[in-house]
Amino acid sequence: MKLESVCGYVLALIAAPILLGVINRVKAFFAGRRGPPVLQAYHDLFKLLRKSAVYSGATGYVFKAGPLVGLAAVMLALTFMPFGGIGSIFSFNGDFLLVAYLLGVMRFGTVLAALDTGSSFEGMGASREVQFAALAEPALLLGMAVIIRMTGQLALADGLQSFSFGLTAASSPIIILLLMAWFIVFLVENARIPFDDPNTHLELTMIHEVMALDHGGPDLAFILYGAALKMWLIGALLVNLLIPAHTGNPLLDLGMFGAGMLLLAAAVGIIESTKARLRLLRAPQLLIAACAFSILALVLVLR
Amino acid sequence: MTENIMAVLILINLALTASSRLGGCINLVAVQGIAIGLLPLFAQEGLTLRGFLLAAFVVILKGIVFPRLLINTVRDAAVRREVEPFVGYGFSLMIGTALTVIAFWLGTKLPLSLSPSGMSLVLPGAIGTIFTGLFMIVSRRKAVTQVLGYLVMENGIAAFGLAVVSEIPLLIELGILLDTFVAIFVMAIMIYHISREFEHIDVDQLSALKG
Repeated sequence: MKLESVCGYVLALIAAPILLGVINRVKAFFAGRRGPPVLQAYHDLFKLLRKSAVYSGATGYVFKAGPLVGLAAVMLALTFMPFGGIGSIFSFNGDFLLVAYLLGVMRFGTVLAALDTGSSFEGMGASREVQFAALAEPALLLGMAVIIRMTGQLALADGLQSFSFGLTAASSPIIILLLMAWFIVFLVENARIPFDDPNTHLELTMIHEVMALDHGGPDLAFILYGAALKMWLIGALLVNLLIPAHTGNPLLDLGMFGAGMLLLAAAVGIIESTKARLRLLRAPQLLIAACAFSILALVLVLR
Repeated sequence: MTENIMAVLILINLALTASSRLGGCINLVAVQGIAIGLLPLFAQEGLTLRGFLLAAFVVILKGIVFPRLLINTVRDAAVRREVEPFVGYGFSLMIGTALTVIAFWLGTKLPLSLSPSGMSLVLPGAIGTIFTGLFMIVSRRKAVTQVLGYLVMENGIAAFGLAVVSEIPLLIELGILLDTFVAIFVMAIMIYHISREFEHIDVDQLSALKG
């Protein structure tokens, strides 16, 4: 465990909610508004943390545990993720699977908490979340298999860090396929347009938001913060592939990585401003397309 | 460059299996035809008059003439999109991916050695395109999509021929193109007549008697 890895991790914990602010600012720019301040997510989080939670009499301990489990799982998953040239805190062979399943644990916690409320409305959201996740996971895992096969490294940090601009240019079709597949996964896992609109509360369309409806106070803050961390985690996968720069200078690496994350957030904002939500029935088709891209990338690597 | 064209071909195949808009499908097939037309320009022997003529003919026919014919037909028959294919679009996409994987496997098995490393995309791309065309013919209800499937299959065969065998005389290539042209022409007229007679172009219902 190196000091700079810990610094990178702490920076990720601090900086994750900025992504939401950037996305909202880009969307506001496209709509011709001024938009909320970039740091609005922090204000929201602190406001929620100062409140006290209200629990329905129909809910049990699962409802209270859900947000905590989710936040803990994603914080643990983040320790395996390298940030630019800076290595991860923990790393062992096969931690790809652990990261994927920690995301699964996070989803499991949220879904169970939603089901525990007994509201049919939240059950609907849980069902949708699980349906989309079941289709997004193969794309994520097959993409990780591509990285293992390309680099020969069995650990996530080693695998992502053995990419360089030379290797990326030589196998550009594979990297492009992988980026497309993971970008779709990124959008669906973070409940973004075209799969879900995080800013509306329309019952027909909600997926992620509907599961957090009955949470309040610190619980809601944990869920929001966990979602921001998840966005940072999956975004880091993309940025590590997109900008495979390892200069050796930790500050420079971290700067380039941060710039990449901001670019990614801006890209998401542009997509959200220019695209409409998909019909719920069409969304699985796009996810299958993501799986198809991952499979194609795997076939190209295996040849 | 040949490799990149083949990659475009494979991606267009996948998009075709998942698309329900007839206009979008026709445009995709047109782009595929143009990509195939560019193949002779990058053949092994370099830029020759024969390759240039072939490229010009293929691009004009497959990129401009066929799509215009089909778009006119679709407009006259007043259909915008395919509804209820025999196989749903998500499942079609999975099958399309599986077909591509099979094509890659077949590409390694065939004794044709194109490039010494055996890493070429040419064989898998061409075989995958043929498979996709066949799949579109058997899995779609509307006559227009079936014609598109036939065109895609033809594209695959042409890609195979243009990229693998560069020794086919120009006249034979042009003869094949003429055959395809006549086939598409006749099919477009047929679709028009079917839609005028029956008010739809759903070939599945053609077997029912109509008084």
